[in-house]
Amino acid sequence: MSVPVEITINGRVFSGEVEPRQLLVHFIRENAGLTGTKVGCDTSQCGTCTVQLDGAIAKSCTVLAVQASGSTVNTIEGLSDGVDLHPLQEAFWNKHGLQCGFCTPGMIMASEELLRNNPSPSREEIRHALEGNICRCTGYQNIVSAVEEAAGAMGGS
Amino acid sequence: MFPSQFTYHRAASVAEAVELLNGNEGAKLLAGGHSLLPMMKLRLASPPTLVDIGQVAELKGVSADGDGVRIGALTTHAEIAGSALVQERAPVLAEAASRVGDPAVRNRGTIGGNVAHGDPQSDLPTVLTALGATINAAGQNGERGIAAADFFTGLLENALDDGEIVTSVSVPGVASGAGTAYVKFSHPASRYSVVGAAAIVSVANGVCSSASVVVGGVESTPTRAASVEAALAGSGVGADALAAAASAVSGDFQGDAMGDVYASSEYRQAMAGVYVRRALEAAVARGG
Repeated sequence: MSVPVEITINGRVFSGEVEPRQLLVHFIRENAGLTGTKVGCDTSQCGTCTVQLDGAIAKSCTVLAVQASGSTVNTIEGLSDGVDLHPLQEAFWNKHGLQCGFCTPGMIMASEELLRNNPSPSREEIRHALEGNICRCTGYQNIVSAVEEAAGAMGGS
Repeated sequence: MFPSQFTYHRAASVAEAVELLNGNEGAKLLAGGHSLLPMMKLRLASPPTLVDIGQVAELKGVSADGDGVRIGALTTHAEIAGSALVQERAPVLAEAASRVGDPAVRNRGTIGGNVAHGDPQSDLPTVLTALGATINAAGQNGERGIAAADFFTGLLENALDDGEIVTSVSVPGVASGAGTAYVKFSHPASRYSVVGAAAIVSVANGVCSSASVVVGGVESTPTRAASVEAALAGSGVGADALAAAASAVSGDFQGDAMGDVYASSEYRQAMAGVYVRRALEAAVARGG
């Protein structure tokens, strides 16, 4: 039995009939065609499925699409204007804050929330804010440096 | 991973949620979904019906309640951690809420869902037991309060009747001058507490006048560290006295200590002594 769902993703309304058990991450990837958001561990630990749900980050593998009906979602694709990179994207590039890149969408979405709440985080605060995002390549040093650089570029320090 | 199929209802009020819960055999409540959905994806739970209470406004928010606070069941861990009222009246609860999972989990997970799920490695049951909180529930026969110490009855089991829903948690204010602390040994991936320890300690004239100490993560329900509390009563609060009292926690486990591939039951019990000591030290340092 399908249920109607309407979710605004990156400013565009996506509606459809879905099974109640469909996860938000699959709605984003398959119904909206936005594949920047990844499915990693699928157990709400690794954080690569992190999106903004009504302004606060959530792991979209642990939300039903139908739960998010009527909500606003922002994904990694909505972060830049399509021309210039967001300062976090720029900084991850500059600081080599990624190797395979699989965790990067979630790292950046979680970092964006951190910098909104705390424009000048310490390295320790950055690490604490990224506890729910797991990277198996970088050892995190360059990720923390990238978030630091982005904070500076966005007016913090 | 997909859960097995279910029928979905979205409730607009507590009354409607109770009605849907009682009218559908095997129905489960869905709030933030951060305990239930992982279980359903692993097919450890396959409820035929979900009643989504995520939009029930009357279940949200923190308010003053006597000298304590009343926290609506849908209040998220992030909201509890950031609440000035909770920070002032029950700082150990705000501290524990700030250590649940990670930022994304804290944005979605709720106190009502947390206690109803009753994971022994969760943080809030330990702290709510130490605080002497009351879990308020509503069902077809009206409302009632259940002391946290009686609420958690076993592994993922609680004192709710079928068809009852958690509406709020009442938390008494911590006594003036008491120091509190919650410290945990986080699992590195899940951030569940391998061991968590809550301590609320009052000191008068250099001597411990009252203490509430509870340990989570070791047994299937929060363990009140009665031996530690007894050792602290009338004791000094220097480093040696606190270490001696903390070591008494080994006498408080009743033989059902849990173990898994990450941490054996022996290791968890050994770490309980360490984390109780750290909680006592932090609580004493913050008191006064």
